[in-house]
Amino acid sequence: MTDRHAISVLVRNDPGVLQRVSGLFSRRGYNIDSISVGDSGQEHLSRMTVGAPGQEHLSRMTVVARGDEPQIRQICSQLGKLLDVVKVEPLSGKPTIERELLLVKLTAEPEKKAELLSLIETFRSSIVDVAPRTLIVQAVGDRDKNDAFLRLLRPYGILEIARTGETAMLRG
Amino acid sequence: MKELKKEDRVTGSEILLRMLLLEGVECVFGYPGGAVLYIYDAMHDNPDFRHLLTRHEQGAIHAADGYARSTGKIGVCLATSGPGATNLVTGIATAHMDSVPLVIVTGNVPSDLIGTDSFQEADIVGITQPITKHNFFVRRVEDLARTIREAFQIAGTGRKGPVLIDIPKDVSAALTKFVYPERLRLRKITPSEPADELSTQMVRLIEAIRASERPVLLAGGGVVYSEAADELDEFVRVTGIPVVTTLLGLGGYSSESELWLGMGGMHGAYAANEALIRCDLLISVGARFDDRVTMRLDGFAPNALIAHIDIDAAEIGKLVPTVLPLRGDAKEILADLNRRIGSELHRTADVRDWIDLLLRYKREIPLSYEHSASMLKPQYVIEMISRTTAGEAIVTTDVGQHQMWTAQFYRFKRPRSLITSGGLGTMGFGFPSAIGAQIGNPDRIVVSINGDGGMQMCAQELAVCAINRIPVKIVVLNNGTLGMIKQWQELIYDRRYSHIDLDGSPDFVKLAEAYGVAAGRATSNEEAESEWQKALAEPGPYLIDFVVSRDELVYPMVPQGAKLQDMILGRECP
Repeated sequence: MTDRHAISVLVRNDPGVLQRVSGLFSRRGYNIDSISVGDSGQEHLSRMTVGAPGQEHLSRMTVVARGDEPQIRQICSQLGKLLDVVKVEPLSGKPTIERELLLVKLTAEPEKKAELLSLIETFRSSIVDVAPRTLIVQAVGDRDKNDAFLRLLRPYGILEIARTGETAMLRG
Repeated sequence: MKELKKEDRVTGSEILLRMLLLEGVECVFGYPGGAVLYIYDAMHDNPDFRHLLTRHEQGAIHAADGYARSTGKIGVCLATSGPGATNLVTGIATAHMDSVPLVIVTGNVPSDLIGTDSFQEADIVGITQPITKHNFFVRRVEDLARTIREAFQIAGTGRKGPVLIDIPKDVSAALTKFVYPERLRLRKITPSEPADELSTQMVRLIEAIRASERPVLLAGGGVVYSEAADELDEFVRVTGIPVVTTLLGLGGYSSESELWLGMGGMHGAYAANEALIRCDLLISVGARFDDRVTMRLDGFAPNALIAHIDIDAAEIGKLVPTVLPLRGDAKEILADLNRRIGSELHRTADVRDWIDLLLRYKREIPLSYEHSASMLKPQYVIEMISRTTAGEAIVTTDVGQHQMWTAQFYRFKRPRSLITSGGLGTMGFGFPSAIGAQIGNPDRIVVSINGDGGMQMCAQELAVCAINRIPVKIVVLNNGTLGMIKQWQELIYDRRYSHIDLDGSPDFVKLAEAYGVAAGRATSNEEAESEWQKALAEPGPYLIDFVVSRDELVYPMVPQGAKLQDMILGRECP
């Protein structure tokens, strides 16, 4: 069974760390749906650098991979071997919050505007840019919700889509 | 090393050499170039620092690799930026596949030129990311000492491997105070298994051994690397479990032991492969179920419970479903198992029929070849070398038929005796790795066994042997062809031979002599014996061109994509 699994990876904020992680996926032939990375706000407290003051900043990477259970276990083990990886936490099967930011640029035809606004309202999304002929809609949700939203937006004339890929966190 | 005063400022190059000496490095194998000029300049002021100039960067890294595999210490090599660094790539991948601890230092262009496509610039950190255990780009001279210590720690602990340090030229020139790095920026690389989890698995394993009617142990390179040979010996003595070794495991369990069945896999012994096929319990120690050992996975130990002792969690369950995972150091786990078992196993099952069967196979279907009085056979040469060195030499090989014959016919008695590129299968490895092995083991006989193809991939290092009087005994099994490729084309591609003739090879005797290495040629059994005695008696390096029969095939053979049970025995087998 090939499922989507989110894996949360805490990494050292060193140059090249994204390449190390993405390179691992490509060379081992693992299927990756999305990868997102940002500051975790955490610092690596256990060991200080010599000669360089300050602590190491850690980034949180969320990788969404496809595979069965053994494949995901293997991916986690391989990730754990990277020296820049501080912690690997597979999130599937656990209560998590998964969110993705979606930006969609649409043609704004006046006759359909009211309908469009109600759809945007229903999905609790918002308009973040209005131009004479286009507008940009922003939505935040898990992937399924954003997929559904996109399907409903299609008839209104989608010009561009930008998605961040999911980032995730354990509940509680 | 010159004593430094606290306020003294030294260059990054000086720090590098001091750190290497403090790490106990005996010899650095290297090749200079523009980006490492400061480092080579600093060698003038450090007479304790030993550097061996090879004739190609690939020779340097294979030599460092041979040094590391044969001594258990960390091998070090040094090269310049761009082409110097990229010439190391094959050697880095070779070491990475076989978990060999190396520290590789490369120079790079000055920091302000990085990323500008400047002369001799290559992104060696990017290039080597997939083939190193870790790599570093040193941005500031203040980080250099710590980075070097970290590199040695990473290379030499847990599952070992190559670590590359890339140093831009301005960093090797920059001045700073030398402070020995007491604190490192490393997390624990191999977090140990919770003790109670490991303990539970050991109890389960011992129960499984007691209940097993057809147990077998598969010993891999991990036994050699973790120095677990004594513990393995004791384990086998008490449990009576027969042993199959992988290519890299050879020597980890003595070939002279009664319960040794031979190497398993594609060119494995009959008894060894039968054991792998029919066992009901397979205990793998430091082996990673390479496809050349397992062949098609559904034919590998299909009815066995698999126990896997490995230091690398990612190896357990990677290819073969493992019921009993034991993550940790092979030496420690075997020692613990031995303590728990004590002097008596208390079996609940009878293994006598199984052992009798396997020993009968070992006796009645041994590795063999058709002897010839008129023609020199490559297997004969290997047997002769084994006999005359009593299995005590360090033997390096290249890749191909001669490598498999060495694995089959040299009777390895102790660990770190066979130096061979198992995972990557690197041609050109056999000769330079012997130079490193001899540097690390000046008192042992080091024999380098090569084909006539691979010998030409790093032959330039003959100069290093000659000028430094490194007494490697260089064997060329010369059959005028790329033998293993020919074998596959013969057996699998319907004799449609394609580009396997090595016509135009040099006269190897003249080639050696041109470099100042003594040499001789043998074309018969008698000449082989007498030339070999000359080689052994020669205090310096010696090359023998053994002109051997062209049509020998390595048997048994399991074709790629087939199961172990589809083993072809060859006409000489009974």
